[in-house]
Amino acid sequence: MSTWDWQVFCKDTIDGEIVPRCFGSGGDVTYLDWLLSAWGWTMAVSVLALLVALTLGSLMGILRTTPHRGLVLLGNAWTELFRNIPLLVQIFLWYHVVPALIPFLRGVPSFILVVIGLGLFTSARISEQVRAGIQSLSGGQRMAGLAVGFTLPQTYRHVLLPMAFRIIIPPLTSEAMNIVKNSSVAFAVSISELTLFALQAQEETSRGIEVYLAVTGLYFITAFALNRAMLFVENRVRVPGMIGGGT
Amino acid sequence: MPMIEMNNVSKWYGRFQVLAECSTQVEKGEVIVVCGPSGSGKSTLIKCVNGLEPFQQGEISVNGISVGDPKTDLPKLRARVGMVFQHFELFPHMSITENLAIAQVKVLGRSRDEARERGIKLLDRVGLRAHADKFPGQLSGGQQQRVAIARALAMDPICMLFDEPTSALDPEMINEVLDVMVELAQEGMTMMVVTHEMGFARKVAHRVVFMDQGRIVEDDKKDAFFGSPRSERAQQFLSKILHH
Amino acid sequence: MFGALNLDFSFLTLDVISGYVVKGFIFSIQLTLIAMLGGIVLGTLLALMRLSGRPWLVVPAAGYVNTMRSIPLVMVILWFFLLIPLAIGRPLGAEISAIITFTLFEAAYYSEIMRAGIQSVSKGQVAAGYALGMNYRQTMGLIVLPQAFRNMLPVLLTQTIILFQDTSLVYAIGAYDLLKGFEIAGKNFNRPVETYLVAALLYFVICFSLSLLVRRLQQRIAIVR
Repeated sequence: MSTWDWQVFCKDTIDGEIVPRCFGSGGDVTYLDWLLSAWGWTMAVSVLALLVALTLGSLMGILRTTPHRGLVLLGNAWTELFRNIPLLVQIFLWYHVVPALIPFLRGVPSFILVVIGLGLFTSARISEQVRAGIQSLSGGQRMAGLAVGFTLPQTYRHVLLPMAFRIIIPPLTSEAMNIVKNSSVAFAVSISELTLFALQAQEETSRGIEVYLAVTGLYFITAFALNRAMLFVENRVRVPGMIGGGT
Repeated sequence: MPMIEMNNVSKWYGRFQVLAECSTQVEKGEVIVVCGPSGSGKSTLIKCVNGLEPFQQGEISVNGISVGDPKTDLPKLRARVGMVFQHFELFPHMSITENLAIAQVKVLGRSRDEARERGIKLLDRVGLRAHADKFPGQLSGGQQQRVAIARALAMDPICMLFDEPTSALDPEMINEVLDVMVELAQEGMTMMVVTHEMGFARKVAHRVVFMDQGRIVEDDKKDAFFGSPRSERAQQFLSKILHH
Repeated sequence: MFGALNLDFSFLTLDVISGYVVKGFIFSIQLTLIAMLGGIVLGTLLALMRLSGRPWLVVPAAGYVNTMRSIPLVMVILWFFLLIPLAIGRPLGAEISAIITFTLFEAAYYSEIMRAGIQSVSKGQVAAGYALGMNYRQTMGLIVLPQAFRNMLPVLLTQTIILFQDTSLVYAIGAYDLLKGFEIAGKNFNRPVETYLVAALLYFVICFSLSLLVRRLQQRIAIVR
């Protein structure tokens, strides 16, 4: 095996010349520039998809715990649809199929389509967590809320959801880290994120190991940072007197 | 007009009949104790009074308002009926003060300050003023249940329902809760209490209702019930339970 | 809003399917089954290492599992596709590389499941085994692992369904799996929309049916316990 060549990141992407200080200027781009911008795209896709997933997933999870059969069915159908098709296939559907079927969506940038696809896929998983969290609360909590005169929505808002969300912070953290990893499928539809960088840079420079190591390292760092952030949130919202936040 | 009136109430879970033609009433200021063996339906009965459990047949009305009528505004009704649960069911993510205030503010529309003040007064009344800023997880069972009673009282209820309020408590804490309930009864609150605590019944109950297998088997004035119960089932029950 | 919805599925004849899709389908199934069996065996070993209490076993096992769970699967696929040929000195087909990758990758996930399963068997069972004079291997093999496996069977199967979905990611190295088969058919007949729809439908039917079976199995196990 040949020796390491970390200098590859300082090379200009077009002519292969080493650029001093490793950052390109005046329109020239080094591999390092490219790597960092790819990281930016990975994080952008991840964060936006997470927002989509949290919003829709929570809604669906809540619907599945209501006493209304129609709403439960809707939530279940949603969850089953998005969790039984592989993520890559769903991304292809959004990228190739949806714009063809719905002309109104033809102009949408592929970045948005990936965010929607990844967001919907993850929302199915989050709906499972939210449903489990709400159902883990004793039935008495729901009754206590109703007994003081709350309507059902008020009971959800003031009694059930605050505790349910605290309970599910650990699995939600997992889901957030999964979204960062799953953002890698965006390479298949030419989003300039980390995995596409890995594929292309490796081809261009033939320094696969260095490139892959850098990309892997960034995925590690992003996942770790997210994990720490969620731990911080968990500690901030912890209820005194409760171990782990459950009853 | 009785405060609580129940006529021929029947309820099924699927094919299993949980309540069978239950009829009784509670006048204003009356305290009735509902007792009976496990599975007799007493908890279910009391949860029907404020509509937490639906029922298929019969009528229940509270202060003249029909509970079973689909047009009835149940949350509004429940705001006037206080309920205390076996497992206290304080809201664990809120402080004690918040627990007392939240329904006052969100349901009755009182201002935060007014709600807080009333809450503190009630905490005083049940002897827990010092714990106002703690969280339920930091309190003992008996303390939590007293807070739960205060939470129900904060809504200025016209009557109070108690579902086995001391069954989940350690023996040493039962009395602190019963004392609060006795005081409440002596002040004239209309109360319907599901309990095994016959000492409490003897002290403040006006009537005792005995249930078995979903039916109301006896409905006597207190002295009559304890002195000479009419049904054999009630006699059996009393003889077992009073031998502590 | 739906514009010109001229979908035409007529090109999907039996010939086309057997020509393009079946080959990919078989590979996807093979990959799933091999990775499942290999992954569970390796995963159980890793779980035992982590629970052994000996640092020289715990640390490498934990390190392996945590690493595999922190990196995107696509990257792992790319890594193995790069490294294995370097290690063995000659190029490797995408399909073989995928099989090795998935077995080693899924082992990390199966190991977490088996670890939970082993811990769910009460300590009293182990004590009983030792009290009867059994050694570690017998206690584990005859008493603990069978129970752990049975307890976790639904979760293991659910992980396998996820594994089946993940096999679509071999797209990154161009392996010929079910998805690739559909894609090539779509390109050849210039009907990508229809082929992706059929692919999605097929995956859905397979995964949904399997998940229903797992749920039925879960209910059976719950009753027997």
